[in-house]
Amino acid sequence: MSGSSQPQTSMTRNFSMIPVLAVLGLVTLPLVVMYAFLVVDSFSNAPATSLIPYEFTLEHWRFLYDFSLVGNVWIATKNSLILAFTMVVTTLVLSSTGGYAMSRLNLPFRRFFLASVLVMHAFPAVTLLIGTFLVLNFTGLYNSMIGVILVKGTLMLPFGIWIMKGFYDAVPWEIEMAGVQDGASRFTVWRRLVLPQVKPGLVALGVFAFLDGWGEYLLPRILAPGADFQVLSVFLQDASIPDAADYNFNIFKSVGIFYTLPVLILFVVFQNRLMNIFGGGTKG
Amino acid sequence: MQLTLDKFTKSFGDTDVIADMDLTVRDGEMLALLGPSGCGKSTTLFAIAGIHRVSGGRILFGDRDVSDLPSQKRNVGVVFQNYALYPHMTVAENIAFPLEVAGQDRATIKREVRAIAELVHIEKLLNRKPAELSGGQQQRVALARAIVRRPAVLLLDEPLANLDAKLRLEMRSEIRRIQQETGITAILVTHDQVEAMSMCDRVAIMNEGEILQIDSPTEMYRAPVSRFVAGFLGNPPITFLEGVTDGRGDVDLDGLKLPLPARLEALPGGHAVTLGIRPEHFGQSRGVPLRGKVRFIEPQGRETLFDILLENGAMLRSIQPVRQDLSVGDAVSFNLDTEAMLVFAETGERL
Repeated sequence: MSGSSQPQTSMTRNFSMIPVLAVLGLVTLPLVVMYAFLVVDSFSNAPATSLIPYEFTLEHWRFLYDFSLVGNVWIATKNSLILAFTMVVTTLVLSSTGGYAMSRLNLPFRRFFLASVLVMHAFPAVTLLIGTFLVLNFTGLYNSMIGVILVKGTLMLPFGIWIMKGFYDAVPWEIEMAGVQDGASRFTVWRRLVLPQVKPGLVALGVFAFLDGWGEYLLPRILAPGADFQVLSVFLQDASIPDAADYNFNIFKSVGIFYTLPVLILFVVFQNRLMNIFGGGTKG
Repeated sequence: MQLTLDKFTKSFGDTDVIADMDLTVRDGEMLALLGPSGCGKSTTLFAIAGIHRVSGGRILFGDRDVSDLPSQKRNVGVVFQNYALYPHMTVAENIAFPLEVAGQDRATIKREVRAIAELVHIEKLLNRKPAELSGGQQQRVALARAIVRRPAVLLLDEPLANLDAKLRLEMRSEIRRIQQETGITAILVTHDQVEAMSMCDRVAIMNEGEILQIDSPTEMYRAPVSRFVAGFLGNPPITFLEGVTDGRGDVDLDGLKLPLPARLEALPGGHAVTLGIRPEHFGQSRGVPLRGKVRFIEPQGRETLFDILLENGAMLRSIQPVRQDLSVGDAVSFNLDTEAMLVFAETGERL
């Protein structure tokens, strides 16, 4: 690809990248140091007054099997996975259909729906907490996984629908007209001709929904405080109560790494696709 | 199959875009809907396809009234201006799609796709994706997909608009060949008179939702019904000169007298008329000599185009076989074939 390397070489010739890299490096340094010590501390012991570790150890990872330390991490992991995956499924199913309706179908009150979806998206979720608590309590869904899933899903949908609408808008009308002329029903046209065009959007939105579900703390903490429904974020918080007698800072760091690992993996695998979402869905 | 529009009416909101249009396309014929943009030709096309609902009147395929049928049940093949190929499918899958939807078995689909691909000369491209094809190849695929179901009617919406000049010439004859080989009744929508005249058996000229004239290309060029039609056909275009009849077989053109064609000599005096003069009727061996000055020379290879400023200030165009003996500013005397002149009444219709 001589065409793409050509402008790059001329760029480095005209502008030196070193100052830019230096500034960026300086700004990122505190973050890098913190992450480095997060990893280092979880695998080593250091004297109480020093940062320099004196031994390598795996003892901070014994929370994985020793549930007497901070509780059962696997139940929390299972709950987090359930929450994250149901987020992926519900967001994808409802956004891919709802976004299509918003983009293409001649719905009554379409403008009203579009506007309210946007308002919902901009609405700070925290302000709704008391209201949702009352509703869940009334319907008997308080302190249940279903309740958390419903609330979290509802809050994610405006974003998902809006993003998917953007992707659908970029699909040319003629493709749908051609499909209809070829004898296919509107549903077949959507499933076989339109949906494949918005696949990048679906992938990005799916990853996004997973990360959002995985990272959610507030809703499970407040709406499902029972131990059966503890998710990893809540588990992490419980592991870090500093006034507990058996408080161990390094175990807290290890749990933190355990909790971050899936996010990092997902991000590495899907980072290019995630950028799509902010490109407005123009890239097919 | 014969296609008939019977008092077809289409309105958007309160405005009638097309009112009571009658049109018959004969079985196996290729008809062009020609007109300036906004004249309702695409609306007509989409109504036939079923994308627009008709507001009044009927659309008949043969004897069958399809006015209320959805697009899926009409069996109409459409080639869109941007081809509308399915980008995630290969060429073969694109062409197979209509057959698949119709529930045909694999063996039939494979056979049909191959046969159609050979007809439109894309049999080597079947495994490619649309993005890997040139414009002309995409056009062929779109055509193949539109005719693979053997549609009752084939509709072509500005099919050549997105091609460059050379490909346009090639696809013009290709589309015509394929249409003739399959014998499918076809309608071509275009605003390009050359396309319409070179590809179609008959041309329907539309303006403001009305069909002004339907005729074979040659007949329409020779005998346009109105000034609008005459102005629309012909490249380089016809020149119009305004004048008044004097009742003695001549027209007064602001300081210049021209004889009317013999068939119109009896025209009474005092009538405002418009003379339509095509470039090929000025500068030939016979006719009335007119003196003027060469204002502009446009060489076109085989022919040369001259703009001649007449002594009364009017400008006439002449197209002649290449000649190099003239340059801008020269005084010339060219013959005007007044018998071939078109004469239009004040209302625009031809006399």
